[in-house]
Amino acid sequence: MSESTTRDVLDPLRNLFAYDAAKVTVMFLGIWALFYAFGTQLGYGNTGLLALVRRVTFLSAVYGIVVLALNIQWGYAGLFNIGVAGFMAVGAYTVAMLSSSPTGAPPGLGLPLPIGIIGGMLAATLVGLVAALPALRLKADYLAIVTVALSEIIRIFYNTPAFADITGGASGFDNLPTNPVNALLLQDPTNTVSEPTAVGEVVFSFFSSFGVERFVAIPTVYTVGVLVALLVVYLVLERTGKSPYGRVLKAIREDETAAQSLGKDTQNFKVRAFALGCGLMGLAGILWFAMGPRASITPVTFRPNITFYIFIALIIGGAGSNMGSVLGGALFASLLFEAPPVVRNIITNAFEVSADPANLIEALVPIASGELMPLAGFLLNNIDTLRFMGMGLLLVVLVQRRPDGLLGARKETAAGVSLAADTRPGHSNAAAENGGDDDE
Amino acid sequence: MEANATVERGLRAARRSPGAAVVWAVAAVLLLDLLAKLVGVSMGPFETPWFALWFGGDVPISEVVGLAWSGVVIGAVIGLASIGLSLTYSILNFANFAHGDYLTVGAFSGWAVTYVIAGIGGLLALTETVVNAVTGLGQSRAGDVDLVSLVLLRTPPLDAGANIWLSPVAIVVGLVVAVAMTVVVALVLDRFVYRPMRDADGISLLIASIGVAFMLRYLVAFVFGNSRRIVTSTEQLPSMNVAEAVTDALPFLGPARGSIIIDLHEVTLVVVAAVLMFGLHILLQQTKLGKAMRAMADNRALAQVTGIPTERVIKSTWLIGAGLTGAAGYLLVLSQGGLGFQTGWLLLLLIFAAVIMGGIGSIYGAIAGGLVIGLASRMSLIWLQGDLSSFARPTAFALMILILLFRPSGIFGGVKTA
Repeated sequence: MSESTTRDVLDPLRNLFAYDAAKVTVMFLGIWALFYAFGTQLGYGNTGLLALVRRVTFLSAVYGIVVLALNIQWGYAGLFNIGVAGFMAVGAYTVAMLSSSPTGAPPGLGLPLPIGIIGGMLAATLVGLVAALPALRLKADYLAIVTVALSEIIRIFYNTPAFADITGGASGFDNLPTNPVNALLLQDPTNTVSEPTAVGEVVFSFFSSFGVERFVAIPTVYTVGVLVALLVVYLVLERTGKSPYGRVLKAIREDETAAQSLGKDTQNFKVRAFALGCGLMGLAGILWFAMGPRASITPVTFRPNITFYIFIALIIGGAGSNMGSVLGGALFASLLFEAPPVVRNIITNAFEVSADPANLIEALVPIASGELMPLAGFLLNNIDTLRFMGMGLLLVVLVQRRPDGLLGARKETAAGVSLAADTRPGHSNAAAENGGDDDE
Repeated sequence: MEANATVERGLRAARRSPGAAVVWAVAAVLLLDLLAKLVGVSMGPFETPWFALWFGGDVPISEVVGLAWSGVVIGAVIGLASIGLSLTYSILNFANFAHGDYLTVGAFSGWAVTYVIAGIGGLLALTETVVNAVTGLGQSRAGDVDLVSLVLLRTPPLDAGANIWLSPVAIVVGLVVAVAMTVVVALVLDRFVYRPMRDADGISLLIASIGVAFMLRYLVAFVFGNSRRIVTSTEQLPSMNVAEAVTDALPFLGPARGSIIIDLHEVTLVVVAAVLMFGLHILLQQTKLGKAMRAMADNRALAQVTGIPTERVIKSTWLIGAGLTGAAGYLLVLSQGGLGFQTGWLLLLLIFAAVIMGGIGSIYGAIAGGLVIGLASRMSLIWLQGDLSSFARPTAFALMILILLFRPSGIFGGVKTA
């Protein structure tokens, strides 16, 4: 009796939770609450708290965008692209080359930023097309090797001293385009302490009423902009997914041979999906590295490691689902990437771990005499390394136990009409959704 | 008349496969250019809208031979490492992205042992120290040697004195440990990571191997630290200037224009690699294992039905592949001197290039592919001079991509020779 009443109480919540928007909102609120708690634990003021939360949000949003892009390629079209870093590099470098001021070093062309952004996305798309047209005929694992090699070629190309006048060489493209938020809020966009514009006046007075300094307010506004970009990308992809084109993509994802036998030119669809994904990776590269707070474009950034982070994020969320991609990107960026160092600081403060052994052996030897502090200190100091080991372990465990993603298998139906809207109630709905599995 | 027929036949072949024709044409131009450079013929500049091109030039033979030798050295390492990758690729059916990190594990574990033995003053001194520590007999030779920094490879190379001339026993023991350790790591990982997913598709296994790569790489960084270091000592290391030796023996060639320096570490590497490869050849030709491996690479289910103990063959595959990879890692450090936790990962794409070039699953192809990739990445420096020298690695990658696109079965036509 009481069980059914609790179910009745929770039902509206469950219904609400069925909406993707609610899920994302809940997750972001959760992440913000968590990092707010971390910040207060560390005794941050309002400015520090906002800076921490802002950093996590920014990273979650850019990861969301690039994971969405990868999801188009791998989740939908089944193209195993591990050259994500290369396509992001093309986007970021191109926008810097097009829109940076012609007087800096290395010089840009000084074109307006929107043209630069479009140019960057087009360049990434173009590189993607050049790679895709021949490479998509290959087996999936060959495509993986080709793309990772391509991304290394791109990185070395930007790194080489031979073209340092254009690309900045190994030290990176220092002369970044003006951040649009600076241009919006400040009269002199290159100088953070210059006179604010009319809009800037309002924004800064709003932030200062909470005691937040200007150098945090500006990136916060930018982060809000990136969140909006994430929303736009998500909506575009959702719309694409429901269009005839997206339905074919989903059909390819389920069974390429079946889609072919229905007369679809699957190759053509895959090439377009690859190009679209590459363009969006270019956009993510631009928002992340060319304009973000602490933006910097250096070849080192675009090592294949970052590609693998993005893959881990996608696998956490579950390949093949746009909502899962956003959730996975945000969870990876916040909990796996940003949280460990913060937690380390909290533990170091709370327990006064001051031991700092120079190496593992010096940390392990004192255990014999019952001293655990050196080991704790060593583990905390190496939390960055441990974090990467943890990511590797997580990847293995996910592939072994939850290949459909941490958030469960989500199947977006490829059909134009809802398959779930049949007359049978309750249990049989779930069976119908998973019915396709038996055919494999 | 005769010549016309030949030209016509060539033209017909070029029309049939334009890709191959372009490749052959480029190869021919490069070869002619190399010959012209060697004899010192220079033509040009031929102006293009962007830059000027020269044909020929003046490159001393000693430079070409020196580059070829260093290409052979790195090629031997790549060839040795690519055998394992090729075997696992064909038998377990996935591209193992952790393979480079197996190489790192071998390098670090082997060199840690070499360092301890060399630093303490030889195997006898080490045994005596251990006996003394356990039973109290004899005396400790450890003296003022800092064992911790020896194990963690932090002692300056000149103090440790690890080199094949001063401490050959340390090098041999280190090599054996490198092989053994890599085999153990590979078997443990196979048991816990790959065996539970034997029937998974190649991409799932590939993703799992990326996870394994992360774990191994950062485990090494966790234990040994993430700085790159030099470990071999060049003190009293015999080396020889081949260019001078040749001109001394044949005075009519005139004085040497450059030097080709070959040291004992490089010679050791090439000899050991050749011995290991030959040993593998004998092993696979004389035992049933080679046949079983070929059968499994073709069709695992059929092999199982035929009574081939597939799990045991997979174990042997890891044993052979990982052992050779560990040896490759150890020998790489012997010849190059330095190692860091990214050493193997940075080599991985070149190893992939070698495997693909030789055709996946072919051991001899992998060895040959390793040599070709090694030679290509070094010989390309003849043309990529100065600032352009950073394009040596992309050249090898581009070669790999081209082969994947136009000849995915490898340059030897996909003959399986396990």
